[in-house]
Amino acid sequence: MTNTLHRFGRPETLRDDYIVFAMTSKGINDEGAIEKVQAFFRASLKHKPINMGNAVINPLYRPEKDLSFIKLYFVGRREKIAPETFIAEIAALGTAAVVFDNRGAMADFLKDLQELDLGLSVNVSALIDDVREVCGEVHLTPHSVEYSLPFEGDTTRLPEREILSLTTMCGHGMIAANFARKMVDSVREGRLERDQACRYMAKFCVCGVFNTTRALRILETTVKGA
Amino acid sequence: MRISKKKCVGCANCVPVCPMGAIFIGPDQLAAVNREACVECHTCYRGLSFERLPGGPVRWARRALKMVRLRFQPDPDLCPTEALEPEELEWPRIVRRAFSDPMVTHESTGIHGRGTAEVKTNDVTGRVGTGDAGFVVEFGRPGVGVYFRDVDKATRALAHEGAAFERENPVTSLMTDVNTGRIREDILNEKVLSCIVELKTRLEEVPRILRAIRKVSTTLDTVVSIGVSTRCDKDGTDPLRALLSKQGYDTWRAKVNLGMGRRSNGMSGGKGKRA
Repeated sequence: MTNTLHRFGRPETLRDDYIVFAMTSKGINDEGAIEKVQAFFRASLKHKPINMGNAVINPLYRPEKDLSFIKLYFVGRREKIAPETFIAEIAALGTAAVVFDNRGAMADFLKDLQELDLGLSVNVSALIDDVREVCGEVHLTPHSVEYSLPFEGDTTRLPEREILSLTTMCGHGMIAANFARKMVDSVREGRLERDQACRYMAKFCVCGVFNTTRALRILETTVKGA
Repeated sequence: MRISKKKCVGCANCVPVCPMGAIFIGPDQLAAVNREACVECHTCYRGLSFERLPGGPVRWARRALKMVRLRFQPDPDLCPTEALEPEELEWPRIVRRAFSDPMVTHESTGIHGRGTAEVKTNDVTGRVGTGDAGFVVEFGRPGVGVYFRDVDKATRALAHEGAAFERENPVTSLMTDVNTGRIREDILNEKVLSCIVELKTRLEEVPRILRAIRKVSTTLDTVVSIGVSTRCDKDGTDPLRALLSKQGYDTWRAKVNLGMGRRSNGMSGGKGKRA
């Protein structure tokens, strides 16, 4: 799985995008790991992550499967659940991921994880220079590193840059380019608020690694540039 | 995936959400799925919210509103009549879902997603050692999709270069011969959203393997995303970045395993050794 590795964009557009995730390995450190994963998520809460998920259950932003006329027009939609509810629902192991939109929060979270010493494999997916700097600050030594290289093959089949920046924030490809275009067009035409468009897109990313802050910024730039 | 003709009202909300563009509005003004293009990722079924309105009355209301130049248009993330219906899949079509739906666990790896844990758990598995380079080559990503006949072309080219495929990878499990990289014939015409081929070499082999990937990629009817990994030195630095930069690659984004993992199964108090 490389669901957070190939986020498209120049370095200056990736400065508010930090994904910290934890994994276990079957037969090595998976015993009693559900409680550890829950502790990982709980520890992140005080640093205000903007999204979280584990690819086994629906993440914070999730579709509603039981809408009715009353819910739609009187009660209102419930597009994001409370993080505590999500954490309590975890019953199986996946890739536990939390997304931060600032470097400081990510660094503080890593410090807390060091103290917790959960024994899970913790990774950060972000600009490598930022991660190395933070590692120096919190006295962590990187164990392994995986670099993202530019796309190869028939790249003429890829959508335009702004759309690609939005869709690649779900590495599994669950956010369709046509849907991202529809969101951009709807915002441009004043039919949709920008943050609402971001929430709609976030719901399609089942791992919860879609960065709504970055999406909002991309949407604003794209709409302004039109 | 199927769309119920009884329930669909032709609002077209499901059309843009399909990553493969497989959903369209047919001549009957209702949504339908192009089965050849559909990769069974379940994005439409899982990602859209549902309102359980009855299809018939909603179609009637839509027609009536149209006559007075009004339009019934639900929120863009909503199927108003729950018209999407997943199918029971059989071999070889089931391969599409196994590789395209990230919420399905691969029987071959026991984990969700399209590959293995690669270096994300390297601190406890030691899979990629010092001086090794791990390649994660993903065909069809981002958002283009790939037929296994193209993957087969690539894996055979990489095998020719002496690549050692990761044994526990889902694509490797579909090879009839890991030495030649040949993929079983009955799935060659199956299309998936993407699939990951993993291989390991020594660091000095990285430029040669990258050239091979680049060369075969130009012959494929899809796009390719490449990740290259290595184990860091004791001080946390790595020789791979300089090597990749020398080959002309941008290397500003990466994921870093912080070495916090521990082999803890069977250890008292949950404490154990790091790899």
